[in-house]
Amino acid sequence: MSSLLSVKNMSINFDTPRGSLEAVRGVDIEIPAGMSVGVVGESGSGKTVMCRAAMGLLQGSNVKRSGTVVFDGHELTAMSKEEVRNLFGSGMAMIFQDPMTALNPVRRIGSQLSEGLRVRLGMSKADALARSKELLELVRIPNAEAVLKSFPYQLSGGMRQRVMIAIAIACNPKLLFADEPTTALDVTVQAQILQLLRELREDLKMSMVLVTHDLGVVAGNTDYVAVMYAGEIVEYAPTTKLFADMRMPYTEALLESIPKIDHKSGTRLAVIAGRLPDPTDRGAGCSFAPRCKYVQEKCHKEHPELKQDPDGHVYRCWFPIGVSL
Amino acid sequence: MSKISFWFQRVAQLLIVLFLVTFGVSLLLRLIPVDLATILLPVASEEERILLRAELGFDKGPIGYYLQWLGDFVQGDFGKIYFSGGTEEVSDHLIEAMPRSLLLMVYTQILALAVAIPLGVLSAYRSGRRADKIISNSLFALQSVPGFAIALILVIFLGVKFAWLPTLGYAPISDGIWEHLKHMIMPVISLSVGLIATYTRLLRADMIAALREDYVTMAASKGLSDSRILWRHVLRPSSMTLMTSAALSMGGLIGGAIVIESIFATYGVGFEIFAAISGRQYIALQSSVAVIALFYVFFNLVVDVASGFVDPRTRDRRVNA
Repeated sequence: MSSLLSVKNMSINFDTPRGSLEAVRGVDIEIPAGMSVGVVGESGSGKTVMCRAAMGLLQGSNVKRSGTVVFDGHELTAMSKEEVRNLFGSGMAMIFQDPMTALNPVRRIGSQLSEGLRVRLGMSKADALARSKELLELVRIPNAEAVLKSFPYQLSGGMRQRVMIAIAIACNPKLLFADEPTTALDVTVQAQILQLLRELREDLKMSMVLVTHDLGVVAGNTDYVAVMYAGEIVEYAPTTKLFADMRMPYTEALLESIPKIDHKSGTRLAVIAGRLPDPTDRGAGCSFAPRCKYVQEKCHKEHPELKQDPDGHVYRCWFPIGVSL
Repeated sequence: MSKISFWFQRVAQLLIVLFLVTFGVSLLLRLIPVDLATILLPVASEEERILLRAELGFDKGPIGYYLQWLGDFVQGDFGKIYFSGGTEEVSDHLIEAMPRSLLLMVYTQILALAVAIPLGVLSAYRSGRRADKIISNSLFALQSVPGFAIALILVIFLGVKFAWLPTLGYAPISDGIWEHLKHMIMPVISLSVGLIATYTRLLRADMIAALREDYVTMAASKGLSDSRILWRHVLRPSSMTLMTSAALSMGGLIGGAIVIESIFATYGVGFEIFAAISGRQYIALQSSVAVIALFYVFFNLVVDVASGFVDPRTRDRRVNA
C-alpha cells in the first residue's frame, strides 16, 4: 500500500524563555492513501503541533523543526513556502478545532468560502459563489443562499463547523487534517459532524488524519490509530487491532478513563494520575513511567524504542501488555 | 427596529455632548468676575452698554443667556467681534477659517493613515525582526520631536534653502489645486508626524494579536499568500483601535493646530480661538468652540458608521446591548 503522507523522524522545538520546548520528538507516521488515521492523546501531547508542522503551517521565528515530510511524491520539507502553498486546498486541507475562532469574524461566509476556489482554482467570482452554495449544500447546511451572506457570528457552532468543513473540502483535497473537529461542539452535533465527515470521505475519496483526545471518536471513524504521548508516538496499529489487543499501558489507561454507562453509580471515574512531563525537560527513561501502573526499574532509566510485532502493530514500551518476555 | 433605536440613542448621546460643551463654555463666561459689556465696549456710553447687554442677554441669568445664545447660534448668528471702530461677524471669520482647518485636518489624517497603515502592517508582519525594529525605533524618535520643531526644520530646508515651497500663507483651492497643495504640504507633514507614530504603534499591536488567531492559520491553510492574508484577513479586524484613535484626534486637529497654523500663517479655527481669547472676544470664543464641538461630534458619528462596516460584529453587539 502506498502512503499519501509520510512523516519521518519529525521533531519540533519551540524556543521559550524557559528553554527549548520539545513539542514533537522523532515522530514517524505514514498515512496510507484512502485511509483514515486517528491521532489520539491528551492535551499537550503534540497532536496539533504535529499536524500543523506536517502541513507546514507552523510560523514564527522560535520554531525549530527537523525531519522530512513527503506528501504525494513531494518532499515538503525541501520545498519553498510558495511551492508548499500550491499544494494547499487541492492537496491538503485542514479543519480547525474551534469553529468560533477559526473563521474570520469580519468577512462574510461567501467570501471566505469562495476565496480558496478563486485563488487556488482560478474560478471567476460568479462560478466560485455558485460552487460555494453547492459546497454548503454538500455539508447539509439548509438555506445556503442566506448563509453565504452571513457573518460567522450569526451562525451556531455546529453550522460554523460545517462551514469550515466546506471550506476545507472546497478544492477536493486528497488529504484532510481534522484537528479535533468536534471538541468544541455539543454531543449531538458531534455525532452529526462525524457522520458528515465519514460520508464526505467516502464520496470524495479523501484520506483523513483525525486528531482527537477521544478514543470513542477514533473507534468508529478510523482505519488506523496513532497514540501520542509527550510528543512521541507510543502505539500505532489498525484501529480494530488496537482496541482488541493494546500493548501500551498508556493506551489502556486512556481507555479506562472513558466513563461507561454500566459503571455502578458512586464508583470513581478512573483517571490517569499525575500529568504530562515538563516539555522543556524530558527525562531519560520512558515518558509515561511516572504515571504507569506497570512501571519497573528499567522504565525510569532507559528510553524505550519503538518495537514492531510481526503483524505491524507498533508500540514504545519495555513491558508491553499481552506480550510474554 | 433595534437598529433604529441604537442610532437614536447615539445621536441623543452626541446632542448631550454638544449641550454640555456649549453650556459649559457659556457658564464659564458668566463666571468671569467682570462686566462683559465693558470688556466688549471699552469706550462707550452706559446707554450703549445697556443696549448691548439686552442684545446679548447679559442681563439675564446664566440659563436665559445660554438659551438666547443658542437661539441665535442655530439660526446662524454666531455673534460679533467688537472693535473700537465697529463690529465684524464671527460667522464671516469662521467661513474663512473653517475650510482651512477642515482641509488641514483631512489632509493630515489622509497622510498619517496612508503612511501608518503600511508601516503598521509591515512591522506587525516582521515583528521582532530588523524591519520592525527600524520602523519602531525611528517612529519613536520622530514622535519625541515636537511638531513645531519639525515645522521649523521643514521651513529651513524646503522653504528657505531649496525654496521649493512657500513658507507662509494659505491658498484656497480656487487658486489652483497645485498652488493650494503647495501651501499645505509643510503644515500637513508637521501635524502628521506625531500621528503616524501613534497610529503605526496601535495598528502594529492589534495586528500582532490578530496574527495569532486561528483564522489566520485557517487562511494560510487555504493556500493564500502572506500579503493577501495580511491585507484582506488581518487588517480589517485589527483596525478598530486605529479608527477610534483617528476619530479622537480630529477635534485636536481642527481646533488645536494653533502652533502650526501660526508658523505657516494658515490661520484656521485654532488661530481664531487664540485671537478671540487674547482679544477678549468672548462671544466669538463661545461660538467658535461650539462650531468645533459640532464638527468633532459629526466626525465621531461618521467613524461610528464606518466602524460598523469595518467590523460587522460591533453593529450587532450594539443592537443586542
